[in-house]
Amino acid sequence: MLIYDIVVVGGGPAGLAAAIEAKKNGIDNILVIERDRELGGILQQCIHNGFGLHIFKEELTGPEYAEKFINELHELGIEYKLDTIVLDISKDKIVSAINTVDGLVNIQAKAVILAMGCRERTRGALNIAGTRPVGVYNAGMAQRLINMEGYMVGKKVIILGSGDIGLIMARRLVLEGAEVIGVLARGGYAAGLGRNVVQCLDDYNIPLMLRHNIVKINGKDRVESVVVVKTDEKKQAIPGTEEVYECDAVLLSVGLIPENELSNNLGIKLDRNTGGPIVNELMETDTEGIFACGNVLHVHDVVDYVTKESQKAGKAASEYVKNQSRSIGEFIKTKPEKGVKYIVPQKIGTDNLGKTVELFMRVNDIYKESKIIIKLDDTVIRQLKRKHMIPSEMERLVLDSRLLTGKEESVLTIEISSEEE
Amino acid sequence: MKKKEMICIVCPIGCHLEVIEDATSESGYIVKGHKCDKGRVYGIKEMINPTRLITSTVIIKGGNLPRLPVRTDKEIPKNKIFDCMKIINEIEVEAPIKMGDILVENILETGSNIVASRSL
Ligand SMILES: Cc1cc2nc3c(=O)[nH]c(=O)nc-3n(C[C@H](O)[C@H](O)[C@H](O)COP(=O)(O)OP(=O)(O)OC[C@H]3O[C@@H](n4cnc5c(N)ncnc54)[C@H](O)[C@@H]3O)c2cc1C
Ligand code: SF4
Repeated sequence: MLIYDIVVVGGGPAGLAAAIEAKKNGIDNILVIERDRELGGILQQCIHNGFGLHIFKEELTGPEYAEKFINELHELGIEYKLDTIVLDISKDKIVSAINTVDGLVNIQAKAVILAMGCRERTRGALNIAGTRPVGVYNAGMAQRLINMEGYMVGKKVIILGSGDIGLIMARRLVLEGAEVIGVLARGGYAAGLGRNVVQCLDDYNIPLMLRHNIVKINGKDRVESVVVVKTDEKKQAIPGTEEVYECDAVLLSVGLIPENELSNNLGIKLDRNTGGPIVNELMETDTEGIFACGNVLHVHDVVDYVTKESQKAGKAASEYVKNQSRSIGEFIKTKPEKGVKYIVPQKIGTDNLGKTVELFMRVNDIYKESKIIIKLDDTVIRQLKRKHMIPSEMERLVLDSRLLTGKEESVLTIEISSEEE
Repeated sequence: MKKKEMICIVCPIGCHLEVIEDATSESGYIVKGHKCDKGRVYGIKEMINPTRLITSTVIIKGGNLPRLPVRTDKEIPKNKIFDCMKIINEIEVEAPIKMGDILVENILETGSNIVASRSL
């Protein structure tokens, strides 16, 4: 059996940052395992700019951001295995992985960092009627085909889902010479960032079709047309509003889910709201010595936050390896209340807290001119004003640790109070 | 008095700007609603000469992948985007390429270069 201090599962920005930070904290014996043919994760297919604004103070493309960390990994001499998939992790931290060169290998680790990212929701989750012709793609899959393989997915395309991937792919398709009929949002607003609506749709006169949905896909071998309907306040189809659009490809951009089969099999407790493991402020799961960071923990829209969160996990894992124990003491639990979809971390250990505690949260609707109210049990400890909050933008809150010391067994809640009510 | 509402695209906050023509100010415009100065500069530029960064891919031979991602190293005028894409679509390179390698210098006299955005 191979033996490593830390095994990192996944070589995307989360895994890279965690491994680099652990190495910088004095752990030499680290292995990163990646199932793809190269490191970098989904950044390699995100060729657009918009990465690194916080960390590097410049706008990089996804591959550029990845390459900076891959270079650092090489410089630090951190070991990694490509084309290798992790099949199982046991409670005793034996990682089983397989590739075509070594076959099945078992690796004993002292600490494990989960950084498997997320996957896309599929059409099955959507209930669209009709045939199953060629030409229906998940937006992320289409992104990979176009940007990495040079394969154009269609000439006349309709996109369902107005998240950032859908918006970015609309522009990409038009630049490559395709016609985009429109980007459909089932709700009354675009799910993605305002800046992406402007620079991906408005710049190219691509229609944003709010309150629309695809109910049927037609075509024998290839997609020939789709049936589009208008939707009501509850996102339900309005009968009689059907319209047929001819097209040869449909892109679905309907959300991402953290990839947690491994965590599930291991018996790690997941949070229903994030779809990722329940962690404390050190990014440690409920299973001692197993940490999680990046999109496997909760879906991020800004990679800089992935990097920062993963550095925390890498540092905590290295401390764990050095001490072979955790000393986080009692916990404060965090709980999303009115208007809040989730909070990470779900638990805050009150021993050894740094100067500040960082909380990430998302709202569950659009809020204008409102307040984020943070309470400990029933006492308000912080109030923050926000002009504009949308579900697709994660909010980062920083709390002074002194507000929390000695408050173990309390519950920290966050709620949104909208002044417009 | 001419007035235009727009969303600042410089950072993810996406401030809602109002750009108002004003002969008395130095730039000819007053900007409202920006949280930082970048938004003011963006608002004015958007009225006078809107520019964008362009990212795409080119054909690469002899690499691990058939496509190499590229970008303009500076923003170019918005009305030159499709001419720029025509040139990008003609490019074919041979591996190895290093991130930052210049593939086309001073594209369309814009002062911007087309550079590789990864090594391959
Ligand atoms: C289309 C799109 C556009 C985006 N645009 C922006 C943007 O403009 N700006 C920005 O800041 N952020 C953006 N993001 C967000 C950012 O890119 C992600 O949050 C970030 O890449 C997540 O990193 P990760 O390492 O957690 O996951 P990933 O990058 O997905 O990496 C996970 C890795 O784990 C590997 N893996 C999974 N399971 C196993 C296993 N069992 N064994 C071995 N390896 C495994 C996968 O192959 C993958 O390489 C975008 C995201 C998407 C999807
Ligand atoms: S004005 Fe400043 S803070 Fe507002 S979106 Fe533009 S760059 Fe961001």
